[in-house]
Amino acid sequence: MTRVSKPIYQDPPLVQMVGITKRFPGVVANDRVSFEVRRGEIHALLGENGAGKSTLMKILYGFYRPDEGEIYLDGRRVVFRSPRDAIAHGIGMVFQHFTLVPSLSVMENLLMGMDSCPFVLRQDLARRIEELSRRYGLQVDPRAKVWQLSVGEQQRVEVLKLLYREARILILDEPTSVLTPLEVRNLFSTLRQLASEGRSIVLITHKLDEVMALADRITVLRAGRVVGTLERAQATKEELARMMVGRETSLQTTRDPVPPGPVVLEVENLQARNDRGLPALRGISFEVRAGEIFGIGGVAGNGQRELGEVIMGLRPATSGRVRILGRDVTNRSPMEILRYGVSYIPEDRLKMGVAPGLSVRENLLLRYYNTPPYCRGPLLDFAAARSLADHLIAQFGILVPDREVPVRFLSGGNLQRLILAREIHIAPRLIVAFHPTRGLDVAATEATHRILMEQRKAGTAILLISEDLDEILTLSDRIGVMHEGEIVGVFPREGVDLEEIALLMAGERRIPARVF
Amino acid sequence: MWKVWIVLRPALSLLLAFTVGAAFLAIAGLNPIKAYVVMLEGPFGSWWGVTETVVKATPLILTSLAVLLPAKMQLWNIGAEGQLHLGAIGATWVALFFPFRQEPQWVIPLMITAGFVAGALWAGIPGVLRAYLNVNEVITTLMLNYVAVLWVDYLIYGPWKDPVSLGFPLTPLFPGSARFPTIPGTRIHLGLLLGLVGVFLVSLILGRTRWGFEIRVIGDNPSAARYAGMNLAKNILLTMVVAGGLAGLAGVGEVAAIQGRLQRGISPGYGYTAILVAWLARLNPWATVLVSFLLGGLLLGGDSLQIAMGVPVSVVYLLQGLIFFFVLGGDALMRSNGVAK
Repeated sequence: MTRVSKPIYQDPPLVQMVGITKRFPGVVANDRVSFEVRRGEIHALLGENGAGKSTLMKILYGFYRPDEGEIYLDGRRVVFRSPRDAIAHGIGMVFQHFTLVPSLSVMENLLMGMDSCPFVLRQDLARRIEELSRRYGLQVDPRAKVWQLSVGEQQRVEVLKLLYREARILILDEPTSVLTPLEVRNLFSTLRQLASEGRSIVLITHKLDEVMALADRITVLRAGRVVGTLERAQATKEELARMMVGRETSLQTTRDPVPPGPVVLEVENLQARNDRGLPALRGISFEVRAGEIFGIGGVAGNGQRELGEVIMGLRPATSGRVRILGRDVTNRSPMEILRYGVSYIPEDRLKMGVAPGLSVRENLLLRYYNTPPYCRGPLLDFAAARSLADHLIAQFGILVPDREVPVRFLSGGNLQRLILAREIHIAPRLIVAFHPTRGLDVAATEATHRILMEQRKAGTAILLISEDLDEILTLSDRIGVMHEGEIVGVFPREGVDLEEIALLMAGERRIPARVF
Repeated sequence: MWKVWIVLRPALSLLLAFTVGAAFLAIAGLNPIKAYVVMLEGPFGSWWGVTETVVKATPLILTSLAVLLPAKMQLWNIGAEGQLHLGAIGATWVALFFPFRQEPQWVIPLMITAGFVAGALWAGIPGVLRAYLNVNEVITTLMLNYVAVLWVDYLIYGPWKDPVSLGFPLTPLFPGSARFPTIPGTRIHLGLLLGLVGVFLVSLILGRTRWGFEIRVIGDNPSAARYAGMNLAKNILLTMVVAGGLAGLAGVGEVAAIQGRLQRGISPGYGYTAILVAWLARLNPWATVLVSFLLGGLLLGGDSLQIAMGVPVSVVYLLQGLIFFFVLGGDALMRSNGVAK
């Protein structure tokens, strides 16, 4: 339902959010936030994780109701009870986690939630979708089932859904985190076109490069409050970073030259299947030396996860070899591989890295409960575990009230610190790091990168698998690109050609196979 | 605040269950207050009643441990009833056919061992199926209960039937060397000691050992356990086997102390009541002792009610069902309010 009051300006901005406050148990997610969007602009909402960006936009989308504050559309006060009300006012949102139904076709997904007549002519609908796709460069087959589509295509469907509903205001939450560089470029040109037609776009992001490339105006949030709103022309990356973090940051990571040591990890012609039994790795070969970071970039779902799992002994290799320090460990048990001094930073911290209901102490013990002095025969030594926990908490600056707190109460950054502390304390020979900074804020990302660089300096071999190309470029000594279960190119750090990498990631071309 | 709730919540569940139960009794034309007084007097009103309550609590302690241990790693053992029956079969086999009667001091230890092994093997079937083929253990453990009871039927109607029983489906009475010692003047037997040792061991395993640590990590997050190098299949199988063995011990006690022979009705559903005990005890091994005593009293109270007021024992199962309903309901309510984990 909508309550309407008098217009407050003659020519008001399209959207005006005034004094929005939203509290969740224990946190103020938005603290008297005011935010406006003009017609036809691309407005970036910039901030670290937990700054309150998504909350603010979910309020605009009617997903949350604000505790205080008002929203005006075209100068008229509106109150949204649910996203349905917001959609009726021409507001649409693409969430970070898509809301499509995988078993339905693109067309059927577009129809969902529409109150139009119950019967729709398929041909008309398909024609309309094709028309929209062509006009905005959002190619997708209207009859395809969503589960058959790549992540990039699914995102296009989400955008099409908004256009089909004739949204005037499009909110996109971290839209580029799942895309290849080429797809990012296409998305940006679509968004520019939409803006030029008078639609307004809100881009939620924490990536400075995107903001500088795309936005007309930028509003920076920090800890639930607005730090400021700038025109892009007046903004610099350094200043935006400072506003986001609240202090000076070094966007550069210090990098000491480390002479590469002996080969630690050797992967030879490795093949494996994915969960559906289809080939996921099609003959992968590479090696990582002590004191070297080998970064593997690529779009999600091209075999990176399977590669990590095979190396860790969690997924059988169908052929090929994995050697660690010269010993063949192919298809050995995970416990055995861990014992060779391998550490693993999993892609999903909460799901794979920790037992959320167990305490900080117990989670730190996870790698050590089988080794003296933390166990004596079948019994655990609690005193040793306690001193280990206290030591690691202090050394790695894990912020916890005490070591007996269940880790599900920890923030993402602290959780990653805990995992790093646990995995590095064993003095690993090899670290397999999977998206080590995904979802972390700038400060925690810096800390993670610093720790990995220290490990490199200490002579640890590091295999870094990440979808974040910037991260790969920042950290790696050598960079491999993965596409459809193969490594399609390897570059040394010096003289990396970004264009080339982008094309390789998209599968547009490949470098002929050779021993890298 | 939430610490208070841990105690208060089961108490409130019990209160609600008895209130609704009173309504049912009233509908059945009984004075609920009078009925409850009878139900309390039987088990708790006299010294002998209390000892009989302990007798009922004994198999409940052991079977509830058989539910609790797997539940710590999110395995739902509904099969304690069947494992109890297999334990009874194992013990009976030793009691009836143990060849060297000249050494009677070995009979009881062997009965205990055989009962444990039989229950363990029985639980091992769903254990293997779950560990290596990912077959849901709720279904398999439940189904095997019926099979176990029918095995007992087969034996007592067939090969193990007492030739002088005039056709009654019973095995012969066990010799004296195969009877559990009891506290004189009561029926409290060696099984209670087994139960208390079981509680001690289970709490030791869960709290202080590497195996217990693995159980808790797997229960909390199986993926993280896999990444930490833990062998899930082995742990699932081992946990089920040990649980089945504990339930088997309950069966040993019932034939070796209470009945003195294998016959029908050795268990009035201890293995099912055990699920309720484990839950009311909030999966705390020591708390199962107290809860077993209370629910043992409820079972005994049902007997008193039947004798004094001619009410079928089903009233007790009705109350048990209501208690379970309100306990689970309370849990769900707390979860949706974000208070519980």
